[in-house]
Amino acid sequence: MPITPLAPKAMTLAQIRDLISAEVLCGTDLSIKVAEVGAADMMSDVLALSKPGMLLLTGLVNTQVIRTAVVADLCGVVFVRGKNPGGEILKLAREAHLPVLSTSLTMFETAGRLYEVISGR
Amino acid sequence: MSTEEIEAMFSITGRDYTNAGRASTSIKGILKRLGINPAVVRRTAIASYEAEMNLVMYAVRGTMHLRVNPATVTLEVEDEGPGIKDIALAMQEGYSTATPEMREMGFGAGMGLPNIKRNSDQFEISSAAGRGTRLSIRINQAS
Repeated sequence: MPITPLAPKAMTLAQIRDLISAEVLCGTDLSIKVAEVGAADMMSDVLALSKPGMLLLTGLVNTQVIRTAVVADLCGVVFVRGKNPGGEILKLAREAHLPVLSTSLTMFETAGRLYEVISGR
Repeated sequence: MSTEEIEAMFSITGRDYTNAGRASTSIKGILKRLGINPAVVRRTAIASYEAEMNLVMYAVRGTMHLRVNPATVTLEVEDEGPGIKDIALAMQEGYSTATPEMREMGFGAGMGLPNIKRNSDQFEISSAAGRGTRLSIRINQAS
């Protein structure tokens, strides 16, 4: 049986915000299209495995998350489990024009909701 | 492909986690402004950031030296620190001497050096235990 490739559906950041009940902490252009999402607390893994344009879901909160996202050309960061980054982290994100969202959902729930839509399953 | 030749030098301080990654962000900015292919910029930035984090986490101090010519991007990272006793072992994915503090920051999975090598076209590392480590990588702009 040939395997039918999945047709991933891109979502805008605004649609993602609504789907995962997130708050936008910084970033003004929510029309950015997202077709790839990754979830990780290890920035080493993000640096080794991410693709440009990916949206990162993470429960890790420090400035290295923003630096990692910038270096790896990610399109934005979603902090899960209701974690709120401090002013220093958001300042860094604003300087880099990197959108940052926060949701009270768990990593599993956040990833699950996005996977259902974006994977096209 | 860039036609300019530029050099830049950055000083890095060990354990300075507040500024860790700042040099690599600057390096990325320089390469972008030179109009270098985005894939080359990304590979250089990732390799540079991994090297910078290694330096901050393990060494006392060090320097990062960027050189760009129309054909290649070269990065030389030298530090004063404990050095690496067994480079072959350190190059194995998953091998790490990271402390819990480093892991809490999202690093120390034993992926850094292999990832630097993966993003480089040429990779050289040498180290003297108790003195420091020297890393030199080259990325071809046409690759």
